[in-house]
Amino acid sequence: MRTLIFRTVAPFLSSLMVLFSVFVLLRGHNEPGGGFIGGLIAASAFAIYGIACGVSPVRRALYFHPMAIAGAGLMMATIAGLLSIFTGVPFMTGLWVYIPVFGEELALSTVLLFDVGVYFVVVGAITSIALALEERSTD
Amino acid sequence: MDAYMPSTTLFVLLLPFIAAIFAPALTRLFKHNAAWLLAIVPVAIFWHFSSFLPDVSRGEVVTGGYQWIPAFRVNFSWLIDGLSLTFALLISGIGALIVLYSGGYLKNHPHLGRFFSFILMFMGSMLGLVTSDNFLMFFVFWELTSITSFLLIGFDHKREASRRAALQALVVTGGGGLFLLAGLLLIWNVTGISEMSLLLLSHGALADSPFYIAIFVLVLGGAFTKSAQFPLHFWLPNAMEAPTPVSAYLHSATMVKAGVYLLMRLNPVLGDTVAWETVLPIFGGTTLIIGTLLAIRQTDMKLMLAYTTVSSLGLLVMLTGFGNEKAVEAAVLYLVAHSMFKGALFMVAGAIDHEAGSRDVTKVGGLMSSMPIIFAAAFASAFSMAGLPPFFGFLAKEEIYAGLWHVEAWPLLLTLVAIVGNGLMFVIGFAVALKPFLGERKAPNGHVHDGPILLWLGPAILAICSLVTALFSSVTHAFISSPMSTAVEGEPVSVHISIIPHIGMPLLLSLVTIAFGIVAYRNLARMREAMARLLAAIGWGPDKGFDQFIRGTVRISFHVTQIVQPGRLEFYMKTTFIVLAIAVLVPMFMFDELPGLPTMPESLSFYETAIMAIAAAGLLSVLYAKDRLTAIVSLGIQGFAVALLFMLFGAPDLSFTQFMVETLSVVILALAMTRLRLTPADHRPAGKKVVDMIISVIGATAFVMLLLKVTQLPFDATLSEFFTRYSLSIAHGANIVNVILVDFRGTDTWGEIAVVMVAGLAILSLIRIQLRPAVPIATNDPSEEERR
Repeated sequence: MRTLIFRTVAPFLSSLMVLFSVFVLLRGHNEPGGGFIGGLIAASAFAIYGIACGVSPVRRALYFHPMAIAGAGLMMATIAGLLSIFTGVPFMTGLWVYIPVFGEELALSTVLLFDVGVYFVVVGAITSIALALEERSTD
Repeated sequence: MDAYMPSTTLFVLLLPFIAAIFAPALTRLFKHNAAWLLAIVPVAIFWHFSSFLPDVSRGEVVTGGYQWIPAFRVNFSWLIDGLSLTFALLISGIGALIVLYSGGYLKNHPHLGRFFSFILMFMGSMLGLVTSDNFLMFFVFWELTSITSFLLIGFDHKREASRRAALQALVVTGGGGLFLLAGLLLIWNVTGISEMSLLLLSHGALADSPFYIAIFVLVLGGAFTKSAQFPLHFWLPNAMEAPTPVSAYLHSATMVKAGVYLLMRLNPVLGDTVAWETVLPIFGGTTLIIGTLLAIRQTDMKLMLAYTTVSSLGLLVMLTGFGNEKAVEAAVLYLVAHSMFKGALFMVAGAIDHEAGSRDVTKVGGLMSSMPIIFAAAFASAFSMAGLPPFFGFLAKEEIYAGLWHVEAWPLLLTLVAIVGNGLMFVIGFAVALKPFLGERKAPNGHVHDGPILLWLGPAILAICSLVTALFSSVTHAFISSPMSTAVEGEPVSVHISIIPHIGMPLLLSLVTIAFGIVAYRNLARMREAMARLLAAIGWGPDKGFDQFIRGTVRISFHVTQIVQPGRLEFYMKTTFIVLAIAVLVPMFMFDELPGLPTMPESLSFYETAIMAIAAAGLLSVLYAKDRLTAIVSLGIQGFAVALLFMLFGAPDLSFTQFMVETLSVVILALAMTRLRLTPADHRPAGKKVVDMIISVIGATAFVMLLLKVTQLPFDATLSEFFTRYSLSIAHGANIVNVILVDFRGTDTWGEIAVVMVAGLAILSLIRIQLRPAVPIATNDPSEEERR
């Protein structure tokens, strides 16, 4: 699959897909999208990059081991759930803060943190499987 | 019955566990001298519990506690009466001495800190056990003692014998614990009571219940495994693999008495029945005789003591089951006496081993002048064990005979059993206390002495206690024996026996016992040989039986696994589809719930027809694909077509996800397929293909019918309406699907991503294993292990 065209296009395609996945993640609360879908998109981006250019560039680009990313995601989701306990409401209750930034209101919430956690778990778990499989095909 | 000092008692119950956390750090700082610091914990516990003595001796029962799970009436509650108080004092008092002794015995051991930690955890569990009022709390602590005992027996985990003994003890006592749990739950169900203190007030409720025999058997299952009654005694001698402080503490003075404690605790409600007064004396008496006979056979001091512990436990069970007041008093006195003299003798055996280099009675001798303090402690304790005045054991033995002796057939037999048992224990006691010290001097180590104070303090104090408690017997009875007997008997009892011999039947029986003991002691070597020959002739014992049981279990599970988990994907798929078809179709036909024909839409637009045609084309190409890779990609075509359908019918999120999942599964499947060295196409014979086809068609039909049926049922829109109405107002999100995922049902999603993560880890490790084919994959076949 290492054709010249594919190898040339893949990095651009992958970076666009990752960017798109973040966009999908962030718009998810009000329009189609969300952490799960975003995570899947990013995972396919890394899979494509890996098929085109080999596994080690992907690992270098990711810097962290994909499983560590997944673990961090699970941790974030858990923390997002636990934060509500400090305000005396049940586990996993969404908390919202509105921060004014340049005249606009920026809505931050534990729900968003949770969704980002989901995103990281999906990216990490699937990328690590895909990369491990690709590694064997290139060896 | 008021809550006396509730918070202090709670703190005291938790104290050993807290100390266990800090023990390793303290040991790193102060080396073996940390023992002095750590011994403060049991001393403080002892002091706290002593403050209950005046109240309890007046016959009061102290209860207290906190709610734990109020919905199930589970409390963290304690009950302090004569029985639990005596146990608590023994546990903490002997515990303090054991902690000190461990410091001397395991001096310079690299894991001394860990050892202290385990010992303290055990102390906490045992204290919790004897003070528990609530059934479940009692069970939790009961199992905790099994677990801590496992850790302590296996402390020297590099030796296989230790590991085996630890596992054996855990299997036997932990298994017995499950019996106990069932028994306690049954009591709870039958009476509706979950507290010991309330159960004790319900006289006759259990004995008259139709479930009495079931409860009785289950409770005995717990008590007999823990207290090592024949034929489940074998784990206790094997547990001698543990360091000596453990043997002295767990396997003679405290943990093994938990079973006896249970029987004593339940005696007022379960006792006084024919079953109780027959089964307990038979098992107890058998254990008493077999234990002493097996003890004769041994030359290792620890094993001799271990087998006499087995027989002492038998004696206690026998007395508890005998039912009359004197027998109960005897059991109480003997229990206290045994904890003191046996704990001391074990520590003596350990000290001899530590200083002289061996604990085989045939290999050491003549150490009296080198170890005067240890000798004095051993001699005094052996006196108590033999039941000679002026030690506490004497009181116990007089009371045993007073309780057992009646001129009827059954008590007469038990009296005979007691005489033989006591006589042989007399022999073992003196064999351990005299043989190493008298006669010709021999020892593997050259320079032998009493050792550091940490080593001799414990046995010395226990020996003194044996003497003092007997000399001031009226005080002992007032604070210990009478309240405890009262608790066991269920009605007020006062104990009067003192060291001044009274002319009467018990004294005569004592003299007979002593005469028998002296004769047996002189013929010890001959009896040992005779026993060895007898055991060799029998050739099989419960210990071997245990191994056979374990091997048999492993073999059966191996064969079962081979049948249900053959490791062939084809088998799994077939099973899954067949079960799916049966599960869906059979109820449908049985309850006549078949779906009607689907309503066809009036008109299909061009692109809708086209998408369905694409899906069908994808499926067809799967069937006619020449090789596997083509089939996988063709399956993807069908998936994309379905995703498009989702999009058309207003489910963008679902469609979006379906696209991504299809893409990734094609990629990952293709990657996996290229790695599996499979033949490119499938070469099943025609017959097999037909069978597989039939199975898949039936499975698919079932699934289609299920989907049809579901869509034809009236749609309950309550949930959809709820989410539509509140998505924006409560959860501040317009995308209902996402709001459900991350907010309304966030906990579900949280669980799911944890599953994704774990599944990822599992797959990753599977791929990793395959990377190194050089390592032979274990088949877990037990027969292979035997061949090796």
